Amino acid sequence: MPKIPRLAQLVLVIGGIYAGFWLIFDLLLGQPIPASLMRMYMFFVVTGVLMVFTATEESTRQLVDPIRALVEEPGRRLMRNVVFFVVPGLAAVAVFLQMQPSDEAPLELRSIHPAPPSSAKIFGKRYDLMSLENPYRHLEKDDPEQFRELVTDGGEVYIRNCQYCHGDKLDGKGPYAQGLNPVPLNFQDIGTIAQLQESFLFWRIATGGPGLPKEATPWISSMPAWQEFLSEEQIWQVILYLYDYTGHQPRSWGHE
Amino acid sequence: MKGVGDLKKMINGHMLFCNAKNPFGSSSVRSLLGFMALAFAMLLGGSTDLLAAAVDAASGAVQGAADTVPSGISAPELIATDYPTVSGVNSRVTVWLVAQLHLWFAAFVLAVPIFVFIIEAIGMKTRDQRYDDMAYEFIKISITAYSLTAILGGLLLFSLIVFYPHLFSYLSEIFGESMFYYALAFFAESAALYLYYYGWHWLQGGFRKWLHLSIGLVLNAVGTTLMFLANGWVTFMMSPAGIDPGGVFSGDTWVAMHNYLWNPINLHRFIANIAYGGSIVGAYAAFRFLSAGRPEERAHYDWMGYNANFIAILALLPLPFAGYYLAAEIYAYSQQMGITLMGGIFAWLFIIQAVLIGTLFLSANYYLWCGMGRSDGAVRYNGYIKYLAIAIIGSFLVWFTPHTLVLTNEELKALGGPYHKYLGPLGIMPAKNTAVNIMILFTALSFLFYRRSNRIATVTWVNAGNAAQLALYTTGIANLLFLGIYHGYFTNTVYKVAASIPQVMTTLIIIVVSITLDSLMYRGSREVAPLNWGRVPNRAQYALFLLAVAFTWLMGLMGYIRSGIRQHWHVTDVFRDASPDAYTPTLGYAANIVSIGTILFMVLVIFVFWLSQISSRRTDARGYWKGVQGG
Repeated sequence: MPKIPRLAQLVLVIGGIYAGFWLIFDLLLGQPIPASLMRMYMFFVVTGVLMVFTATEESTRQLVDPIRALVEEPGRRLMRNVVFFVVPGLAAVAVFLQMQPSDEAPLELRSIHPAPPSSAKIFGKRYDLMSLENPYRHLEKDDPEQFRELVTDGGEVYIRNCQYCHGDKLDGKGPYAQGLNPVPLNFQDIGTIAQLQESFLFWRIATGGPGLPKEATPWISSMPAWQEFLSEEQIWQVILYLYDYTGHQPRSWGHE
Repeated sequence: MKGVGDLKKMINGHMLFCNAKNPFGSSSVRSLLGFMALAFAMLLGGSTDLLAAAVDAASGAVQGAADTVPSGISAPELIATDYPTVSGVNSRVTVWLVAQLHLWFAAFVLAVPIFVFIIEAIGMKTRDQRYDDMAYEFIKISITAYSLTAILGGLLLFSLIVFYPHLFSYLSEIFGESMFYYALAFFAESAALYLYYYGWHWLQGGFRKWLHLSIGLVLNAVGTTLMFLANGWVTFMMSPAGIDPGGVFSGDTWVAMHNYLWNPINLHRFIANIAYGGSIVGAYAAFRFLSAGRPEERAHYDWMGYNANFIAILALLPLPFAGYYLAAEIYAYSQQMGITLMGGIFAWLFIIQAVLIGTLFLSANYYLWCGMGRSDGAVRYNGYIKYLAIAIIGSFLVWFTPHTLVLTNEELKALGGPYHKYLGPLGIMPAKNTAVNIMILFTALSFLFYRRSNRIATVTWVNAGNAAQLALYTTGIANLLFLGIYHGYFTNTVYKVAASIPQVMTTLIIIVVSITLDSLMYRGSREVAPLNWGRVPNRAQYALFLLAVAFTWLMGLMGYIRSGIRQHWHVTDVFRDASPDAYTPTLGYAANIVSIGTILFMVLVIFVFWLSQISSRRTDARGYWKGVQGG
């Protein structure tokens, strides 16, 4: 079997990896890799493949020799002219396609976790968010029965108020979710409430979109300021429910 | 906005010393200024009047200090006009660039003596003069950089006094004593450095060599102390200590210095400086290698570049752990800072940081792989390179995968939400920690292959040794994956963060045990082909350049983030920044400033490299000097 030229191997490996990403994520899993991330992935895949193909002198020579021959050898003039026309031509087509006007909304680098202030005024009182704790959390150990009741109450508050957007499975897929951009948070995701202290949730729920810090504008959250509709007690209860239902633990610095 | 005229007035004392907020009013600061004026006067060789005035100021201040004992130090509440301006100069950018340039050079000149000391000791132990010569060449590069560090330090001091007098005054009131000792320690460091460098060829052999090595030790001790002192000031601004609930500082210098983030920064900077210093001297060796004309010269600088890269990698391996420790401590100190750092506005700079750290690993590995070509014996291991690359690139992709994705509306719909179901979990720290540990392990494996490239083990238990190493790596990686997946995703945050410690221990144990085992296996080994220093492709030298540039850019970026997480505070929650620049700039703007700084630093470094070359050049000036016939 004739050996595949090194340059062709390089192209096949890179193309194979790209096709592999597409096959696994788009076709099999149904979760495509966003273009912004795919570009980063492929940049470093190409870098890595080039590193392997140029790690030894022999391999580098095998890779570079056909390119050098194409550029330098008088006998390859026709091929050279074709390549020198086709490659810039492809680049021009790619640029043209990218510059096409589109009605797509511009991309946004939205930070999902806004940084909380060190203290916040909620329910007319000032809370130190650095030391604030859920007043009912200790009941999980001290009085499990009462804790369960509070979780149930929190669930009721959630179903009455929050599930329309955040979903009855807390996965961000409530009936209104598709009408919102950005879509509501998926609390099941390991990267959301599992990474946060309860004081953060208290602040976000109580102050909602209007309470987002000004240093990270523009904010487009449509979350209401729930301190206008719920009591402090209800907010703490709903926080218990969020963690209980998803099975996540709030971020803390003490051992259980 | 104040103009240059107002600034002149301030400098003349009308505002600076007499204004209502009196930034330089405290006795300790007056004392400091008195001593500084005295030192300055002595430096100038001073007129007696100036000298007398300085002595008066200093003694008056000491007397004043005895009369009044301050009960506490309050941060002033400023308004925008309290910040002097100089027409056409942006205060923030000036201080930012000068501080960053000072830090880059300081990191370099503090690091070089650390590994020069170690290389000198290795030379003494092995009696191999090549080590001594290399150590001398390293310290020679740092000498010019040392003057630049001092010049930039002075520029930073004056920039702070000119543009942020109240902040400088506040910090001086708290840290005046340590600033004074810092200045003294700087003299001690200079003395030790010059003795160490100029005495190198004089203090050779026997007791003299020991004396020389001891001077190196003193140099490092003083240098590290200097860094720890400055770290105390910087970390106080991030996590102030000794502040009462009213915002008044009522502690002493030690309390302020020993604040929450002091030791995490000390550790991180100490290790990072070594890695950085290694990368800069690696770039120097690459520069000399590429410009060398003779084969011996190429061989020498190839060997030097290899050693510099080895130092950089050795320090780079524990660096992610030290960085993680620092970030975890920042999070523990303040949820607000932690989220700002990694989940909020700086999160995207962290993605760039991840990419740059990955680039460091890629460059270092590529250099090792190319370096295997120095020996024909390496052919046996060339086939493994692709597997190393798959593991390293695969881990790298996990390492920089963001949790929050940049999505078009189409993609948002296709994913059904802002997070990717399968890639989203790779965006949080447990996945990153696992990935970086695997990246480190495979870098260590690249090094093992490199070590073996020109030798063949002759011990009877070679197969058993190889099997043991394979088992060590396999079980170690399985353990890393278990710790990362189970503790990272199925337990609470305490265990999530705590799991990083056994992960680090696993990695370190694998590296130490496997290298020890390898050393035993290759004791008395047979050389299959000679190691030809100088037989390395030029592209490997560009990998060394990339290592230095990526390190520099990374430090600038992370330095900005470290400082930027204070947001609109000079001193977090205590001293508010009321200057017109008290806002967080856009990521693009910040990245541009850091890039400009990196370019400036690189230009200065190339100048330093060039200077070290011209010192050995001679021009034949025959006929120019009277009575001299030969050149």
